[in-house]
Amino acid sequence: MKELLVISGKGGTGKTSIVGSFAVLADNKVLADCDVDAADLHLLLSPTVRKTNEFRASRQAVLDPARCIGPEECVGPAECVDAGQCSAWAVCAEVCRFEAIGPAGRAGSAARAGLPHIVPRIDPISCEGCGVCARACPHGAISMEEVLSGHWFVSDTAYGPMVHARLGVAQENSGKLVTQVRREARSIAESQSLDYIITDGPPGIGCPVISSMSGVDFALIVTEPTVAGAHDMQRAVELARHFGVKTTVCINKYDLDEAGSEQLEEYCSSQGIQVAGKVPFDEEVVSALVRGVPVVARGSSHHAEGKAAQAIRRLWSSIESELAD
Amino acid sequence: MIVSVASGKGGTGKTTVAVNLALALALEGTTSVDFLDCDVEEPNAHLFLHPVLETSEPVTLPVPVVDESKCSGCGICADVCAFHAILSFGNRAITFPELCHGCGGCVRFCPEGAISEAPREIGVVETGWVSCVGAPAVAARAAEAAGSVGIARSSGLLVSAGSTAAAQAIRFVQGRVDIGAALAPPVAKAVRGKVGPANGVVIIDSPPGTSCPVVASVEGSDYCILVTEPTPFGLNDLTLAVDMVRELAVPFGVVINRAGLGDARVTAYCRQENIPVLLEIPFDRRFATSYARGGQLVRDFPELEESMRGLWRQIRTVAGPLPEEAEMAR
Repeated sequence: MKELLVISGKGGTGKTSIVGSFAVLADNKVLADCDVDAADLHLLLSPTVRKTNEFRASRQAVLDPARCIGPEECVGPAECVDAGQCSAWAVCAEVCRFEAIGPAGRAGSAARAGLPHIVPRIDPISCEGCGVCARACPHGAISMEEVLSGHWFVSDTAYGPMVHARLGVAQENSGKLVTQVRREARSIAESQSLDYIITDGPPGIGCPVISSMSGVDFALIVTEPTVAGAHDMQRAVELARHFGVKTTVCINKYDLDEAGSEQLEEYCSSQGIQVAGKVPFDEEVVSALVRGVPVVARGSSHHAEGKAAQAIRRLWSSIESELAD
Repeated sequence: MIVSVASGKGGTGKTTVAVNLALALALEGTTSVDFLDCDVEEPNAHLFLHPVLETSEPVTLPVPVVDESKCSGCGICADVCAFHAILSFGNRAITFPELCHGCGGCVRFCPEGAISEAPREIGVVETGWVSCVGAPAVAARAAEAAGSVGIARSSGLLVSAGSTAAAQAIRFVQGRVDIGAALAPPVAKAVRGKVGPANGVVIIDSPPGTSCPVVASVEGSDYCILVTEPTPFGLNDLTLAVDMVRELAVPFGVVINRAGLGDARVTAYCRQENIPVLLEIPFDRRFATSYARGGQLVRDFPELEESMRGLWRQIRTVAGPLPEEAEMAR
C-alpha cells in the first residue's frame, strides 16, 4: 500500500481538482482530505457520510466565578510574589503567556451579575489550553475542559471510501485532526487491502502540512507558473526534503505563462525533481467544478474530453508507475 | 485603521487585493500606508511590492532547558506540559523543543528550580519600505537622505523633500516561519506587533483558512475583506471564513475575484446573508498574466486603480474616519 500526498505550498493552484480526478482514475484506493481547515474535496466527490465522529483534542480554561475572589484581591502565594512570579491583577492573568486572561489582549475583565466584584474573563480564542492558569490559581477557580474542536467523517463515494473532516471555526490543533484523518484512512486501506491512500493536503508549510507529510511514500507538489507559485513551491520542496519524502511536481495552468513554466522546469531539474506532468488552463475544469464532478469523470462534459482532462490522465499514469517502483 | 484581507480558500487573490489596495492608497497619497504580510508560511507580497528590507529579527519561543544536576526526576514537569514537550525518564527530564508552545508551565511548577528557558528560533520578522514613485524604494531612500525621515517616522507620512505632493512610501513588514517549524501563529503575532496604534491605514495580508494563524492575523482589525472566487470551492470556503469573522466580531465585506468564470452562487449567498459585495474583479487573462509575472495590477491597468479606490470608499463608509482625520477634525 502506498500513500500519495498532494500539496502545493500556495493555495488555489489546483490540488483538489487534481485529487478529485485521481479519485476517478486510480483503482483500489481510499481518499483522505487533510485540508481540514477548508476542506473542498467533498464538493467534487459527493460523499455519503456513514459515520460522524467528534474531534476533541484540546482543552480550554474555564473560570468558576463563584470561587474566584476577583483581580482586586487576588495575589499569588507569598513565595510567588517574593520570587517575582506574581504581582498584581490576578494570578491567572499574570501566568498566562497567551494574553487570554485580562487585562491585556482581547480578554479584559467582566462584571458578573450577583457577584460583589469583577472576575477575569478568559478568551477562548486566545486560550492555548496549556493549563498553567488552572494550576496557578490559588483558589481552584479554573478548570480545564475538553472542547469540541471539529468533526471527522468516514464516507462512501462513487469512487471508493473517503475520510474527511471539518475543523471548527477559529480552532486549534488542525495537525492532530490531520493525524486522525490519516490514521482512519490507513486503517481502511489495511482492512480492505487497498493499493493507495490518496491525500489532499492543506496549503502552506505549517503544522497541518507537517502532520500530513510524515511517513508518506510520495508527495506531488501542484504549482502554477506565477511568481507566487514558484516561491511557494520552493518552500514546499524544502519541506519535503526536510522530511525525506520523495517528491514530484505538476505544473498546472502551465500555458498561462510558458516562459514562467520553463523556469519552473529548470528549477526542478536543478533540484533533481521530476516534472510528472503539465496541465493546461482549461475553463472546463471550472465548469466541471460548478457541476460538482471531477473533470475526468465520465459525462463531465457534453463534448469530447478537454485538454486539461487528458493531461491529468497522463499525469496519473506517470505517478502510478512511480508509485509502483 | 487596520484592514485585514483574508479568504477561506487559498489562491483566490488575497495578496492581489491587499497589494493593489495598498498601492492605490499610497499613490493617492492622502494617508500613510503600512503593509503587513502575516501569511508567514508562504509570504508572497514582497514578490509584487519589492520592498527594500532594512531589518531582520528572529522570532523566538522560550523553550525549557533542564539542569540535570538539580532534577530529581519527580515528573511534575511532564505532568504539567499539555503538549508532551517534556518527558520524565528515570531521574531525568527530556525535552522536545519542536513540540513546545512556550507556556512556561514546566519552569513555573518545577519544585527543584531545575528548569530555565532558552530562546528557540522559529522564524524571522523583516521590515522595510516600498516606494511608490519611480523605481522601487528609490524615493524612500531619497527622502530619507534628504532628512525628512524625522517627519516620516513621526507622522507616518513620507514626504519627499522639496515637493508638496506626497511621494508615498509603504512601510512594509513580513514574517517568515522557518521550514519545519510548525508554529505560524507566534510569527504572525510578531508581525502584528510591529505596528502600534496606526494613524493611517494598515493593510494585513492573512494566510488562507480559518484556524489559529488566520485568527492571529485578523483579530483586532477594524475591517476584514474576504476575497473569494465564484466557484463551489470559493463559496464553501467563504462560508467558513464568514463564520470566523463573525466569531471575531470584525465588520467585513466580500470581493469576488475572477468574476464571470464560475457561477452565481457566491453572489446569491452574499445577498441572502446580507453581506456587501464590495467589488467584482472580472476574470481577464491579461490580469492573470500580469499577476503571474509579479506585476502591479493598478499600474498595468488604470481601471483597477479606480476599482481599488472604489473598494476603499466602501470600506470607509462602514469603518469611519481614520484616526488622523478624527484628530484633525477635533
